[in-house]
Amino acid sequence: MTVIAPTLATVGVLAGLGVLAAVVAPRRARAVCVGAATAGIGVAGLIAGTAALSGQVFQARLPGLLPLAGVQLALDPLGGWFVAVTGGVLAAAALYGIGYAGGGHGPSGRGVQAALPVFAAALLLVPAAASVSTLLVLWELMALTSLLLILAEHRTRPAVAEAGWWYAALTQVGFVAILLGLTLYATHAGSDSFADLRAADLSPALRGVVFVLVLAGFGSKAGLVPLHVWLPRAHAEAPSPVSAMLSAAMVNLGAYGVIRVGFDLLGGGSRWWWLLVLTLGGVSALYGILQAAVAADLKRLLAYSTVENMGLVFLGLGAAGTFATSGAPALAALALAAALLHVLNHAGFKALLFTAAGSVLRATGTRDLDALGGLRPRMPATTLLFAAGALGAAALPPGNGFVSEWLLLQSLVHVVPAGGAVTAVAMPVAVAVVALTAGLAVATFVKALGVGFFARPRSDAAAAAKESPPAMLAAMGLLAAACIGLALAPAALGPALSRAVGTSVRAPVTVLSGGVSLHLTGIASTMSPLLILVAVLVAVAGCVLLVRMAAGRLVRRRDVALWDCGAGPPTARMQYTATSFAEPLQRVFDDVLAPETDVDVTPYTESAYLVARVAYQARVPDRVEQAFYAPIIAAARRLGRLGPVLANGSVHRYLAYGFFGVTGMLLVLAVTR
Amino acid sequence: MNGAALIGTAAQVVMVVAGAPLLVGLMRQVRAWLEGRAGAGIGQPWRDLRKLLRRAPATPTGTGWAFRLAPLLLVGTSLVLAAVIPLLSTASPLDHVADLFAVVGLLALGTVTLALAALDTGTAFGGMGASREMTVLALVEPTILVAVFALSARVGSTNLAEIVTTTLHDPLRVASPASLLAAAALVVVVVAETGRLPVDNPATHLELTMIHEAMILEYAGSDLALVELAASMRLTILLGLLTSLFVPWGIADAGAGLAALPLAVAAFVAKVAALGVVLGGVEVFIAKLRLFRVPELLAGSFVLALLAVASSFFLA
Repeated sequence: MTVIAPTLATVGVLAGLGVLAAVVAPRRARAVCVGAATAGIGVAGLIAGTAALSGQVFQARLPGLLPLAGVQLALDPLGGWFVAVTGGVLAAAALYGIGYAGGGHGPSGRGVQAALPVFAAALLLVPAAASVSTLLVLWELMALTSLLLILAEHRTRPAVAEAGWWYAALTQVGFVAILLGLTLYATHAGSDSFADLRAADLSPALRGVVFVLVLAGFGSKAGLVPLHVWLPRAHAEAPSPVSAMLSAAMVNLGAYGVIRVGFDLLGGGSRWWWLLVLTLGGVSALYGILQAAVAADLKRLLAYSTVENMGLVFLGLGAAGTFATSGAPALAALALAAALLHVLNHAGFKALLFTAAGSVLRATGTRDLDALGGLRPRMPATTLLFAAGALGAAALPPGNGFVSEWLLLQSLVHVVPAGGAVTAVAMPVAVAVVALTAGLAVATFVKALGVGFFARPRSDAAAAAKESPPAMLAAMGLLAAACIGLALAPAALGPALSRAVGTSVRAPVTVLSGGVSLHLTGIASTMSPLLILVAVLVAVAGCVLLVRMAAGRLVRRRDVALWDCGAGPPTARMQYTATSFAEPLQRVFDDVLAPETDVDVTPYTESAYLVARVAYQARVPDRVEQAFYAPIIAAARRLGRLGPVLANGSVHRYLAYGFFGVTGMLLVLAVTR
Repeated sequence: MNGAALIGTAAQVVMVVAGAPLLVGLMRQVRAWLEGRAGAGIGQPWRDLRKLLRRAPATPTGTGWAFRLAPLLLVGTSLVLAAVIPLLSTASPLDHVADLFAVVGLLALGTVTLALAALDTGTAFGGMGASREMTVLALVEPTILVAVFALSARVGSTNLAEIVTTTLHDPLRVASPASLLAAAALVVVVVAETGRLPVDNPATHLELTMIHEAMILEYAGSDLALVELAASMRLTILLGLLTSLFVPWGIADAGAGLAALPLAVAAFVAKVAALGVVLGGVEVFIAKLRLFRVPELLAGSFVLALLAVASSFFLA
């Protein structure tokens, strides 16, 4: 008897109860009831996913639930991995949401609250879909409910509506691409269940078309450049608990889709597919982290960091596919394992960072790093939790991000004899991309933590900040504990990870083993995050002792004023801001980022030489958006302007359209039949 | 794990801690001689440290745990690095704990703690130093990891003991184009990471040019002693890492036992001192680069590293 069936049934029941609670419950209790239901959905998902990862199998066919096609669900270790990650994020973010909603914060409307459990359930069930139609229905349900959630605060800020437009447009374009790709596939396979798709025999050209379409669709959900433009807007403008769910759980499904279709269903394919994925991943990782490094808006910074991390995941997937098609299955399994582990690690630290950013937003009312600072004495717990997340995001030891980037690098730095010149060139460049990304991520998160939380407050709002309520801290604490666990005991995930990888490559593998230190199959490198931490702590303790001994007595620290060059105490405005911190990087990467500065000098009317006012504006626009989307939007506008010409309000003209339309159709029918 | 290996590791740590200030003293003395000054002697950094260690550290207004912890973490990571990297012996019991990637990560972790401490002070200098240091760190990273690729690809492992042992057993490997190019790339990296000329000037206190010194401006007393000690340890460790990777002769092999240790110490001191003298001598003749010319230098070192990988594949 498996636990998967009852837990997935619980997900459905809880989603129904959640919607009911959102509609029926009074305003005050609404957030608590809906949050509890959503958290329950998350816990159920975590249980089901873990069960699937431990080897339980689940399959169900519910023909009555959906007309024509019916619903088919199945959970294998690969799906289980994503269900478990999603479940964990949902549970923590929903708990956080309960605390967040207190005191009139966050969305409390009926519609938004009703969308939350439906979104959670759809998000959780997408990796459990076992047929094309089920996947598409759940995918669209997830997209629509997430749009409602993103738009929750559209009355308070006009930027929300704009983010909603971008998200709606790109998610639908992505959906159409997936729909086209998968229906093409299903048509040629003759059935829409995944089992039949796996067995289908397609021509290589058709496989290529299917893969590219599906990659475009899933890539838009994962925020791959150039389809990422919605992500920094939507994830920044959504309410913070929702941002955590989107950025830590929903984007993962893009990677899931590519693994499911590319590796599992299509069974690997040709090498150019994966070099394409590798390139897209590398470009996204670099572009994402560059934008994050110069961003001054905390949530936008985190959203761009999501683009970066998804880029790294896709880089891993691309490397895995390239290795698999170059006759190096062990390295392919390792790269795939690195990508899957990075999905999990990213989910952990990004959920933590977004919730901590939400606490800052709730306490200060601003996301602008240039106006923050001085939060360490005012919000000590949140600062520590954000620091824990930032350590993971910066991919430094002993953070959890380091473990998966280490795995990724290990898979990349090995020579593939059968790979030829292509891998010999691609892999070093990929290593360089990962390295530059890691370096810029360090700079980005030093900025976020150092400027946002340390030093002195740069605005009154930051100076008046108060620590968050216990429910929010508890949720963030859970996430931080998960991050620490992932960072220190990654080997414990070995069996589950191996099973998930094994399902994707359709062969049983062991990629990761070891207890305290991490051992890889087929590669001699080892590393032990736990022992690194212990060694550093021992060294620090020894250092404290030695200093005390060297001093010969207990010395008290002196409280002194900051050094001010004799010019009086430095004011808070003299501190470096996020913008000034990122300025050297912005200047180094000037050609890529193309920042815009605008200096407006207004002289007095009496003399052009006397300056009355100088206005300075600097911003770093998203260049991809300007280059790719501005022409498309302009073309769509021009097309739209044709409308008034065709429909100018004259009834005669409309009658003529009708007449010619009907006669034209009759003529066509008469000729063709 | 046996006794000899433990003693070897302990000797490494003790040697790095004791020798690092002497190395800095030696480099300053070489500069002084070449510039026609008498110099303060090789032991001066140790005398400075002794003086500073006895003085009370300062807590500037508004600073918190980031400022307090940074000196300790900086020294702590340096100590771990001194234990992990095979400077005297390849039989370190800690070798499986951290490979070359983890070593790079630990170095970066030390830099990050100091940058956060600098930002914690909330002064213009602190922010300026942190911002510049992070820029340099971000740009150095690709060179290091690609050079690591070039060194580890043929060995099949990124564990340092493995790489050093392979080089010890196959000395001709050092003369390969891949190894030479990687060495050139890593030298630039070491110069940038340790804040030496032409990237940063350790002797300057001119606000607009400094990187490292700007970050530690608020430290005093024993905190400052720790920061200075850590900086010299990092210099020693990185120079030692260079010698271990490219001229490993003298390092005790896994089965060599205790008898080889004195020889290893002598070889290490000679190699690192020679490198230090060269570095100190070269510094007399060059000026600091403008901050925004530094990326060009680092881009050049990156190209060298990439060429190293390419040649390791195509010329092998």
